[in-house]
Amino acid sequence: MNVNQVAENLALSHQEELVDLPKNYPLSENEDEGDSDGERKHQKLLEAISSLDGKNRRKLAERSEASLKVSEFSVSSEGSGEKLVLADLLEPIKTSSSLATVKKQLNRVKSKKVVELPLNKEKIEQIHREVAFSKTSQVLSKWDPIILKNQQAEQLVFPLGKEQPAIAPIEHALSGWKARTPLEQEIFNLLHKNKQPVTDPLLTPMEKASLQAMSLEEAKMHRAELQRARALQSYYEAKARKEKKIKSKKYHRVVKKGKAKKALKEFEQLRKVNPAAALEELEKIEKARMMERMSLKHQNSGKWAKSKAIMAKYDLEARQAMQEQLAKNKELTQKLQVASESEEEEGGTEVEELLVPHVVNEVQMNVDGPNPWMFRSCTSDTKEAATQEDPEQLPELAAHEVSASGAEERPVAEEEILLREFEERQSLRKRSELNQDAEPASSQETKDSSSQEVLSELRALSQKLKEKHQSRKQKASSEGTVPQVQREEPAPEEAEPLLLQRSERVQTLEELEELGKEDCFQNKELPRPLLEGQQSERTPNNRPDAPKEKKEKEQLINLQNFLTTQSPSVRSLAVPTIIEELEDEEERDQRQMIKEAFAGDDVIRDFLKEKREAVEASKPKDVDLTLPGWGEWGGVGLKPSAKKRRQFLIKAPEGPPRKDKNLPNVIISEKRNIHAAAHQVQVLPYPFTHHRQFERTIQTPIGSTWNTQRAFQKLTTPKVVTKPGHIIKPIKAEDVGYQSSSRSDLPVIQRNPKRITTRHNKEEKL
Amino acid sequence: MKVKMLSRNPDNYVRETKLDLQRVPRNYDPALHPFEVPREYVRALNATKLERVFAKPFLASLDGHRDGVNCLAKHPENLATVLSGACDGEVRIWNLTQRNCIRTIQAHEGFVRGICTRFCGTSFFTVGDDKTVKQWKMDGPGYGDEEEPLHTILGKTVYTGIDHHWKEAVFATCGQQVDIWDEQRTNPICSMTWGFDSISSVKFNPIETFLLGSCASDRNIVLYDMRQATPLKKVILDMRTNTICWNPMEAFIFTAANEDYNLYTFDMRALDTPVMVHMDHVSAVLDVDYSPTGKEFVSASFDKSIRIFPVDKSRSREVYHTKRMQHVICVKWTSDSKYIMCGSDEMNIRLWKANASEKLGVLTSREKAAKDYNQKLKEKFQHYPHIKRIARHRHLPKSIYSQIQEQRIMKEARRRKEVNRIKHSKPGSVPIVSEKKKHVVAVVK
Repeated sequence: MNVNQVAENLALSHQEELVDLPKNYPLSENEDEGDSDGERKHQKLLEAISSLDGKNRRKLAERSEASLKVSEFSVSSEGSGEKLVLADLLEPIKTSSSLATVKKQLNRVKSKKVVELPLNKEKIEQIHREVAFSKTSQVLSKWDPIILKNQQAEQLVFPLGKEQPAIAPIEHALSGWKARTPLEQEIFNLLHKNKQPVTDPLLTPMEKASLQAMSLEEAKMHRAELQRARALQSYYEAKARKEKKIKSKKYHRVVKKGKAKKALKEFEQLRKVNPAAALEELEKIEKARMMERMSLKHQNSGKWAKSKAIMAKYDLEARQAMQEQLAKNKELTQKLQVASESEEEEGGTEVEELLVPHVVNEVQMNVDGPNPWMFRSCTSDTKEAATQEDPEQLPELAAHEVSASGAEERPVAEEEILLREFEERQSLRKRSELNQDAEPASSQETKDSSSQEVLSELRALSQKLKEKHQSRKQKASSEGTVPQVQREEPAPEEAEPLLLQRSERVQTLEELEELGKEDCFQNKELPRPLLEGQQSERTPNNRPDAPKEKKEKEQLINLQNFLTTQSPSVRSLAVPTIIEELEDEEERDQRQMIKEAFAGDDVIRDFLKEKREAVEASKPKDVDLTLPGWGEWGGVGLKPSAKKRRQFLIKAPEGPPRKDKNLPNVIISEKRNIHAAAHQVQVLPYPFTHHRQFERTIQTPIGSTWNTQRAFQKLTTPKVVTKPGHIIKPIKAEDVGYQSSSRSDLPVIQRNPKRITTRHNKEEKL
Repeated sequence: MKVKMLSRNPDNYVRETKLDLQRVPRNYDPALHPFEVPREYVRALNATKLERVFAKPFLASLDGHRDGVNCLAKHPENLATVLSGACDGEVRIWNLTQRNCIRTIQAHEGFVRGICTRFCGTSFFTVGDDKTVKQWKMDGPGYGDEEEPLHTILGKTVYTGIDHHWKEAVFATCGQQVDIWDEQRTNPICSMTWGFDSISSVKFNPIETFLLGSCASDRNIVLYDMRQATPLKKVILDMRTNTICWNPMEAFIFTAANEDYNLYTFDMRALDTPVMVHMDHVSAVLDVDYSPTGKEFVSASFDKSIRIFPVDKSRSREVYHTKRMQHVICVKWTSDSKYIMCGSDEMNIRLWKANASEKLGVLTSREKAAKDYNQKLKEKFQHYPHIKRIARHRHLPKSIYSQIQEQRIMKEARRRKEVNRIKHSKPGSVPIVSEKKKHVVAVVK
């Protein structure tokens, strides 16, 4: 085949396309093509159809308009669905050898990859834009630190660029200058001789050499070493100086001893290592001994020793000192026997070692012995009321148990013993009573009467209880009456001193609280006196103040105190006394523990106290205008007369009733002043995170009245300063030490006019 | 016997000259000054009151134009010279110190759309409705000479704005597209376009001078890179942006004056969210210009007022208005950052102080110290309600005031509706959009 054939084939393929069109309309086609040169065309058609794949055959042929673009280079394969392959084109030239080179070239082309279609214009532009944008934003990011710096700057002075004073460098000044006068020449000669640089690098060659000789790091290390050595030396010197200054003889003695010991040790070592040197050392020591023996040192012959000898008769210490001296002498004059001495020393240390552990163990025993809780309760004196009551309570309870279990069976004799005990105690108390002050009579009377009332009540109760114990009724009653009679007489007497103590204390709210607690204790112990009168007498200190306390409570039970005082009293009434009796010790211990743990956690009481304080604080105060010494004698210890004080005391008017007067659990502060509120900041302003920060900024004054001139100027520097009449130019990269982004901002095309011209030339040529 | 004498160094109490102040020894122990805070408070209060008393910002009105003033330009080298273009094609050059017109040029037929000065201050450019760009000499013609432009470029379309490069002999015009011109050529070096709407303003970045920003009437702001001759990015806002202005101290910050009464400050690296939305105007904002310190900017609005905003605050610190000032079309902050000029519809250019109560002229050192102290006091006590109320008080014309009230009600209603919508729909289905994001429609790469 030749090229013509190829062309024919191409034409055929065109025809195929044309033929494809009417394929969808087989009926009409048959009709149309039936007549003229149908035979051949039909054959071709069949061939074409057979050459097509099964898939392609089904494909719908597209109707297309005649394309506007007619290209002479590309062969349109539109519609056929089959791409033109190079192999098809090459097939015909297989045989002809003249076209071998062409074939080779074509083969080479075949091996190369197909270049992808260029993107459409919009896409390309977008990519260009994105790249350009990312580049620009990168360029702009260099301004971030500067902008941040400017924002945080204490003060910005505009215009920003500093005008540097135009000082010409010395080289410029020197270039046009020559030494003329002899003096100048002389100086220059000198400079040149020393190779003193006149121009820029201001170092002589010598200096340079020295700089190069030692590297920076080496120099640093060297310097550090020197510094360290110097420091150590100074420390040592300081230490020596201090030691020298010490006046304590004991210290010096110890030092001397230490030195001697050290010398001895060294000698020992030397003996092992170098016997010859050791011998010399030994000689030295021997010599020293001889010297000592010759001298009268340490032989109680000195001035000091003589005085001590006189004192020794009376003073133990002096005697001891003398003995020490003699011992020393002996030691020094003794011949050196190294081995034995060391042994002795060891023995001594052993003894010491033995001694020490014993002591330590003892101490440890002491520490370990009792329970820490117990230990604490035993030792601590400054405990709360609860703990103070402990020791009282314990014997009471012990006695209580006795009374509960054994009162009925116990013989009368035992009770008589108890009676005796009681009497003894009574006498003791009377003695102590003498020491105490007497209370005002009136209060005594009231207390007496109230206490008697309570006592009578108690008696009635006890009788009721007694009736329960039917079997021992008579005996019990007989026992009961005796102490009752006794009690009736001594009780008031005893009550007085104890009441006195209490009355002194009951002043604060806490005291009242304690009283309340004690009261509840007392109620627990109520049944005891019913069974045994003497038992009740054992704890009279608690009892008699009960009525008084109750009375006070009645006065104080208003709305406010109700909260705190209520709970103990209620509990005391509600809890049955018998159960209380049966409480075993364990429970009590536990309660004790809890009480200890939560001691001082009375929230309600704290609140009430707080409220009372607030109320007190908000009350208007009286104004005292008395001038001491005005119109009368004044001075230390003299007070203005009562009349005067009355005259000049301005009573504060009663303010309006408090808003929280009838609200026991609320404190409504009345401090807020609406007139002042207009001048107060209500909400924390933005940059501040805590009100204290804000307050601090307000509290520091900035005026010159409170600050020195320098501080005032510093505090009042404005953030932005502009100079009048100066043009402020936009910030420049050169001003802040950056290089400006480019030589020129002109577009790329403009910057390379050469390229443009060449292109123009090309165009012209074309 | 040694007698102890009281001796003092005369340097401590003798004045050098009799003009010096007497030295007053003071004890600064804070225990001796228990009322320092109240005293400073009162001082601050007085300072604030005095500031309001002395707040008289209006300095002068320059009249002479026979139509509304459409554009203003500053002289780059001379503080006293200002150029203005009017709607009748007239350009006037003013001297601010003498407060009179130096020179009048009939530059164009129809509006003078834009005016800009060359960076060296020797000539200036104008564009007008007659499709021409003209370059003029700053100095007037000699006696008897005709007023003639140095160059005239006849374009195909109307130019709506012009800006000159900050360093090179290049300027940019806008209209159908952004054109970059060499001063020596009659054809643009390159023209950049993105979309097919008319561009109303173009501005060169004063720091990174190859950057350009423009705003078009299809609601977008486009940034261009002059070196690579491509647009960079485009942000589309709710409404049309009238002008943009670059911050002269922060390279990537610019502010756009929008038709929806707000101004938007953008970081050009992150256009999807404005750095700050400045809202106080009650009508379209027509022009904006930065203070040369970059800390504040001034905006001119159709609501017949100009406002000064701190860059980092969304509310204005100052509003200027007069009875006779109509819609303000252009505004400029002078390059010493002391004054503001605005040109308005009713043919006048007004000169204002940037700080309403600032004392003009040379201050003595004591005056300066007192000024600084008062300023610090005002800052220190600015959160106190009494002081705040006084400092914030401004008088507004009734129209603006009622507009503000009305818009407040509208805004509140919108907010309420939004809240209700969120409340009555499935949680998460109605997104909560912040005020900053609300106004940005899209960012196009």
